Amino acid sequence: MALHHYLCTPNHRNLEYTIIPMKLLVCISKAPDTTSRIAFTDEDTRFDEGGVQFIVNPYDEWYALVRAIELVETEGGSVTTITVGDATCDSIIRKALAIGANDAVRINAEPEDSMQVAKLIADYASDKDFDIILCGKETIDHNSAAVPAMIAESLDLPFVAFATSINADGGTYNLTCEASGGTNKVTVNGAFVLSAAKGMSEQRIPNMRGIMSARTKPLQVVEAYADATTKVEKFSLPPAKGDCKIVDADNPAELVRLLREEAKII
Amino acid sequence: MSVLVFVPLSEGKATKSGLEAASYANAISGGSATAVVSGIIEGDGGIGTVGIGKVLQYSKALNDNSQLAKLVEAVSISEGASTVVFSANLEGGAVAPRVAVRIGAGYVPGVTGVPEGGNYPRNVFSGKAKASVSVGTDKTVVSVTPNAFGVKEVGGSATVEAFSAEVGEARLLIGEFTPASVDGSVPLPEAERVVSAGRGLKGPENWGIVEDLAKALNASTACSRPVGDMGWRPHHEHVGQTGVTIRPDLYIACGISGAIQHLAGVNQSKVIVVINTDPEAPFFKAADYGIVGDVFEVLPKLTEAIKLLS
Ligand SMILES: Cc1cc2nc3c(=O)[nH]c(=O)nc-3n(C[C@H](O)[C@H](O)[C@H](O)COP(=O)(O)OP(=O)(O)OC[C@H]3O[C@@H](n4cnc5c(N)ncnc54)[C@H](O)[C@@H]3O)c2cc1C
Ligand SMILES: Nc1ncnc2c1ncn2[C@@H]1O[C@H](COP(=O)(O)O)[C@@H](O)[C@H]1O
Repeated sequence: MALHHYLCTPNHRNLEYTIIPMKLLVCISKAPDTTSRIAFTDEDTRFDEGGVQFIVNPYDEWYALVRAIELVETEGGSVTTITVGDATCDSIIRKALAIGANDAVRINAEPEDSMQVAKLIADYASDKDFDIILCGKETIDHNSAAVPAMIAESLDLPFVAFATSINADGGTYNLTCEASGGTNKVTVNGAFVLSAAKGMSEQRIPNMRGIMSARTKPLQVVEAYADATTKVEKFSLPPAKGDCKIVDADNPAELVRLLREEAKII
Repeated sequence: MSVLVFVPLSEGKATKSGLEAASYANAISGGSATAVVSGIIEGDGGIGTVGIGKVLQYSKALNDNSQLAKLVEAVSISEGASTVVFSANLEGGAVAPRVAVRIGAGYVPGVTGVPEGGNYPRNVFSGKAKASVSVGTDKTVVSVTPNAFGVKEVGGSATVEAFSAEVGEARLLIGEFTPASVDGSVPLPEAERVVSAGRGLKGPENWGIVEDLAKALNASTACSRPVGDMGWRPHHEHVGQTGVTIRPDLYIACGISGAIQHLAGVNQSKVIVVINTDPEAPFFKAADYGIVGDVFEVLPKLTEAIKLLS
C-alpha cells in the first residue's frame, strides 16, 4: 500500500502509524466557453461577458481536478479547489464540487494579472500544508501559462510544468511531463506545484448524486488583496481573413505556384 | 535599456527558439543585450550571429527551473538588467515566471513583437484576439512566442565569459527522456510547416499519403483530436484547444472539418491550406487557400508537384 506520509507515534512497544491523508489544492479558473463570441467593451479594455457561457477552464477541470480526485480516491485525502474571482465564479465552482472536489475556496478579488492571482493563491496556501497544488497548463482566455510557476516561486516549492501523468508512492511522486520533442520522467519528494496537460486523465461528467451533494459542500469566501504588475491597455481583433482562394482539385501544381509566388512560403 | 536574454543550448549550440529570443533581446536593447547560458557551449554557440556581443556561461547544465531562475536572477543583478527575455518554449515558460517573482518584475508571457508605445503585443483567446500589455513595475520579464519574431541574423560573434552563482539544490529529479517522434522531426510548437489530417483519412493505414506530403515539404505531421483519441496517431500530434498550439508558416489541413476547438490551436498559422471534399466545411472560412476534393486523389498529386520544385 502506498502510504502517503505518516507520523510515527510510539504506542507502548508497538509502533503505530497515524496516516496523514493527502491534501490537494486545485486552482480552478472561469473561462468563456470555446464557442463564445469574442468581443470587448469599455473602449476595448475588457472582455465583453454579455451572453457568454462560462465553463471551468478545460485544463483545470479535465486534467488537474479529475486527476486530483483520482489520487485521493486511491490514496485517501481531500481535494480543495481555489478560485480567484467574484461571485459569478460560483457556478463553475459548484461544477467542480459536483465532479468530486470536497470543498472550495473563492478569493473574492477581480483577477487582474497572473502575478496578482498567484500571490493571492500562494498567500492562502502558505500555512495550510498542501501536498500538491495542481493547476491547468494555461487559461484558454489569457493563455499565459504563468500562474503555476509563480505560485511555486512564491512558496519556494518545486514546479513540474506540463505534467502528463502523476503517481504517488508515499511522499514521493513520479510524473511524466512534456519536454522539447518528447516527454521526461520526473520525480519529486515532498510538496510541489504542477501544471496539468493532456494525458493526465479523462473528462468526468458529474452524476446526479454529485450534483445534489455539491449544493451543500462548503464554499468559503475569503477577502484578500494583492497588486497586479501588468495591465491590458487594449484588446483588438485580428483583421478578418481575406477570402479563401479555391484551387481546382485537378491542378495542385497551381497551389504550389501560389504558395511559392504569392504567399512566398515555400 | 539593459536587456538580458536566457538562451537554451542543445549540444553546445543555441536552440532556434533561443536564437529567436536573442534576436528579440537585441532588437529591444538597440544592440546591447547580454545572453546567459547554462552548460557546455561550442564557441559562442552561434549567439553572436544575431548581434549579441557578450555571453555569460554557467558551466553546469541546469535543468531544474528553480535553479535556472536563481541563475538568471543572479546574472540580472550583476548586469543591472531592467528587462529579461526568454523564449516562451517549455523550458523558458517554466523559468520566466519564477524569475519575475524573484526580481519583482511584471511578466508578459508570449509576446509576438517588439513593444509599441511601451506596450507589448501578445495573442489571447487562442489567437482569436490580440492584447497590448503595459508593465507597471521597474523591471520586466517577457517570453517570446516561438516562430513569431523570427531569427534575425546580422553576423558577428560574441565573447564568452564564465559566470558562477549560488543556485541551490535541484529539487526535481529529471529522469529518462522519451522522444515523441522517432524520425527526429521538429517538435510541433517549433515547426515551420505542418501537414495535419483528420477523420477524413478514414483510418490509420491511410497515413502514408500524409507522411509523403510532409516529407516532400520537410514538414512535421499533426492530427485532429478524434484521430488521436481513436489511436490512429500518437497523442502528441493532436493539435487544438486541448492539444498542442502551433503557429507554423504553413498549415495544410487534410480531411479536417475545422471545428472551433481545432481552429483554436492552429489559427495563428501564417498561411492555411484546406483540402476537404465538403465545400461547406467550416475550415474554408479560416483558410487562405483551399482545394475542394478527395484527399486520396489530391495529396499524391500535390506531393508530386512539390517534388518538382527542388
Ligand atoms: C471541449 C472540446 C475540446 C476539443 N478540443 C479539440 C482539439 O483540441 N482538437 C481537435 O481537433 N478537436 C477538438 N475537439 C473536437 C472537435 O470539436 C471536432 O469534433 C474535431 O476537431 C473533428 O475532427 P475531424 O475534423 O478530424 O473530424 P470530422 O469533423 O469528422 O471531419 C472530417 C472531415 O473530413 C472531410 N472528408 C471526409 N472524407 C474526405 C476525403 N476523402 N477527402 C477530403 N476530405 C474528406 C469531411 O468533409 C469532414 O469535413 C474538441 C471538442 C470539445 C467539445
Ligand atoms: N483566477 C484564477 N483562479 C484560480 N486559478 C487560476 C486563476 N487564473 C489562473 N489559474 C490557474 O493557473 C493556471 C494557468 O493560468 P494562466 O497562467 O492564467 O494561463 C490555470 O489553468 C489555473 O489552474
